[in-house]
Amino acid sequence: MSTRITWPQVAIAAAIGLFLFAFLVVPVLTVIYVAFVDGTGGFTLSHFVSFFHISLMRESFWNSLYVATLSVVFATIIAVPLAYFTARFQFRGALLIQTLGILPLIMPPFVGAIAMQLIFGRSGSVNLLLNDWFGFTLPIMDGLNGVIFVEAIHYFPFILMNLVVALNNIDSSMEESALNLGASGMRLFRRIVFPLAMPGYIAGAALVFIKVFDDLGTPLVLNVTNMLAPQAYLRITSVGIEDPIGYVIGVFMIVFSLVALWASALVLKGREYATMQRGYSGLAKRRLTPWQGVFAYGWIVLVLALVLAPHLGILMLSLAKVWSFSVLPEGFTLQHYATVFQDSPRMIWNTLLYCGIAAGIDVVLGTAIAYLILRTRVPARLSLDFIATAALAIPGVVLAIGYLRTFRGMELPFTDDLLTSSWLLLVVAYSIRRLPYALRSCLAALQQMHVSLEEAAENLGARKSRAIVRVVVPLMAGGILAGFVTSFMTAAVELSATLMLVTAQHDAPMSYGIYLYMQSAAGRGPGAALGVLAVAIVAIGTYLSHRLIERREAEKQSQPLARIEV
Amino acid sequence: MYPQRIVTSWLAALLLAAGATAAHAQQLTIITSFPKDLTEAYKRAFETRNPGVKVEVLNRGTSAAIAYVREAPATNKPDVFWASAPDAFEVLNKENLLAKVADLANPAVPKKVGAYPVNHPGGFYLGQALAGYGLMWNTRYMKANRLPEPKEWVDLMKPVYFGHVAISSPSRSGTTHLTIETILQGEGWEKGWQQVLMITGNSAAVTERSFGVPDGVNNGQFGIGLVIDFFGLSAKASGFPVEFVYPSMTSIVPANIGLVANARNPDMGRKFIAFALSPEGQEILLDPKIRRLPVLPATYQKAPADYPNPFGGKVKAKVNFNSELSESRYYVVSSIFDQTITFRHRELVAATKAIHEATARLAGKKNPEAQKLLEEARELAFAPIVSEAKSKDKEFLALFRDTKRDALKTKQLTGLEEYWNSTARKNYVRAAELANRAAAMAR
Repeated sequence: MSTRITWPQVAIAAAIGLFLFAFLVVPVLTVIYVAFVDGTGGFTLSHFVSFFHISLMRESFWNSLYVATLSVVFATIIAVPLAYFTARFQFRGALLIQTLGILPLIMPPFVGAIAMQLIFGRSGSVNLLLNDWFGFTLPIMDGLNGVIFVEAIHYFPFILMNLVVALNNIDSSMEESALNLGASGMRLFRRIVFPLAMPGYIAGAALVFIKVFDDLGTPLVLNVTNMLAPQAYLRITSVGIEDPIGYVIGVFMIVFSLVALWASALVLKGREYATMQRGYSGLAKRRLTPWQGVFAYGWIVLVLALVLAPHLGILMLSLAKVWSFSVLPEGFTLQHYATVFQDSPRMIWNTLLYCGIAAGIDVVLGTAIAYLILRTRVPARLSLDFIATAALAIPGVVLAIGYLRTFRGMELPFTDDLLTSSWLLLVVAYSIRRLPYALRSCLAALQQMHVSLEEAAENLGARKSRAIVRVVVPLMAGGILAGFVTSFMTAAVELSATLMLVTAQHDAPMSYGIYLYMQSAAGRGPGAALGVLAVAIVAIGTYLSHRLIERREAEKQSQPLARIEV
Repeated sequence: MYPQRIVTSWLAALLLAAGATAAHAQQLTIITSFPKDLTEAYKRAFETRNPGVKVEVLNRGTSAAIAYVREAPATNKPDVFWASAPDAFEVLNKENLLAKVADLANPAVPKKVGAYPVNHPGGFYLGQALAGYGLMWNTRYMKANRLPEPKEWVDLMKPVYFGHVAISSPSRSGTTHLTIETILQGEGWEKGWQQVLMITGNSAAVTERSFGVPDGVNNGQFGIGLVIDFFGLSAKASGFPVEFVYPSMTSIVPANIGLVANARNPDMGRKFIAFALSPEGQEILLDPKIRRLPVLPATYQKAPADYPNPFGGKVKAKVNFNSELSESRYYVVSSIFDQTITFRHRELVAATKAIHEATARLAGKKNPEAQKLLEEARELAFAPIVSEAKSKDKEFLALFRDTKRDALKTKQLTGLEEYWNSTARKNYVRAAELANRAAAMAR
């Protein structure tokens, strides 16, 4: 590793720093600043006092906490048994569980919410049947219940995936000792396994908490407005950009994300201590007793049914002629897809364009930051990593409010268009919000490549830039692509920032289009059709990234030197 | 492909796209609260008639659209403002955000519908379609729950409809604001609020968006909704099992179109307004997905036979809507509704339920003491929080109208709203208690 700091390195680091500063640090600080200053620029806490004086705000505050907490609780109830089955039992349903872990994530929760309303709502399929058969209905989708239900079903995979990894990393001797000492069943799980898997669980739970706290689309689609994210959106769009309460809400949202992340980091610190010997080798997977088998498969089938409900619902809605107060729609048609392709091909194109550019920016920045961190000694290179990753903790609504305020009245160079009404800002917002994912991917890819390969190229006379372009980047290609795909597909279904930053229909991406279509009677079908297309795009992306990651895993085993073709 | 080239091609795409946005010489920007079905039809028709022109639609809720126009910098205002609520235009006009368009009025359009002038007397905005307010219901829902068909607003106060009605909030939806104002003007402030409170007490939900109501009725979540006519008519025309009626206590008011002051492309904006008022532009309103009432009487000859025609006497509107009155208390009405109904809906519904139950228990029984308690409960639950006299107080109204909010004003305002909210909550809880006590006495 060369120890000299070169000018190009510094220039690149400075350029990245400037980008992050302008589009992440400044907007977020602006939101915080506005929340704390009075009309004349002096420091004040009066906006916070006003906030707590408005009972709607107090109510929204508690509702957001309540919804986020209960979503974590229900996601836990769904995920923990599934994780335990896969990690500890001989079990044929493992593939099913893996599928379960991906299916919800490919559908944006606000699209799922529309479908869930039709299936579990007041006069949804389930309640109509229940009422027919047993004479009662369940208020699953009423008010906050609906938000919790939709979010829990959507985000439980975060807990599931983290927990499976954590369970597999537990030192097997711990469990063996417990078994030898006579603990088994629930007691073994409660006293030994779960406490040891805690770090993984907390990481997943914190992520669920943050995502639910930030979600704007789901409550709006379900007509719930007494929560923080919808209130921030409504205050800023209808009262106006001057309204300080919107910024106060922003500050609360940032604080809660940070606390959740901090809590998970704190617990993760204890991880080394918990697992002295990593890897799962000794303990044989146990057999399910018949009774356990019934429970395990029963649970999986139930969760599968819940997880598939929004997918089936939205598919049916997109094909239905009329679906009203009936268990299933009557009559099917392809007309809605025709409408979408006739009216809104532009929106599909916009999604591909914006998310493509955003993901492109992300992998370029990700690769550069990864290289600066691992291969150079540029000062402050770690703070680049820190700032880029901090974007995880910034809710989309807050970032959007920050943009609207910071760049208010600013015009695009060479035009008299406003920056805040240009789609470029949307692209920047996507790229900032998805940068952490791409960065992790690029860092991992670069870590796996030995520095000697790059040095060899330089010894053979290649300049630094040439070595990077011809050797380093091609060898990182798998990781870069995986990062690109992850950024792309998560940006494709983002609504929180989109809803606030889109001004013209012409410039709107699909996620906004789905929301917009759903505002008229005749638009329900086309909206659902657009939703199905969005899900299809994300599903394809997910499949591709899985393939890429699998291939990379395979490549890791093989000799890296053998594959060099410079 | 080498990553280097990927990067270059993305950069090229970025630059090209940025360049493309720069060329907007013939761009028309419309800010509107109307659904995509309507805007798409007009956009397409206008673009075919004017090759080279690009119509850009900014879709906002009415109040968000006002905020957008107000906050857009002077060099960058949208061209056309197009929305249902006449009071929204009054608000814009008061703030000098509209330009005069009197010369664009189509002379074939009648001066008045009922007693209401179709076009703004000062010529700052023009009626483009007519809208009445009414009730829509899902016929399957009504049959399954054995509910009679309602005819009037007052029907919705009956216990039989408890939990089956849906309404939106005037602060979120300009059309709901009009509906509430129509009831308040038709029945008077005190009696109007009493009706509104009783109807919302019967409601299953106060929805976030005005479209939440017809959407819920369409898919059968709610039985009956208070909606603007085209929501009901277009849903019916799109095949949903719904019906729509105008109650007699309704008003027919124009949905307007206006030119924003300092618009970027005023010529194109004027051209669009003229087109929207022309026979071709009016005919688009008849589309089954749109179903609005044209302002041009001749267009009704091309409409289906059962199309409601406010000029032919088929729709009778009892209330002559006073938009000046509405404008003067715009934010007051919204705020009272939100503080005492939207945000306290759970308590209001609980009180209404208790009152219905007690009424049923006491029916036919002579128990003056219980009746008195029940009367008291009704008074607590359904009396407006602001008296009629106060609602006319200039100082009080000014507090809400000012959009410039300094710290003191904000405090005053939030304090008042907080007082309404907590008082309403206390009253509803107390009303439910009294009603329960009255019901217990019937035993």
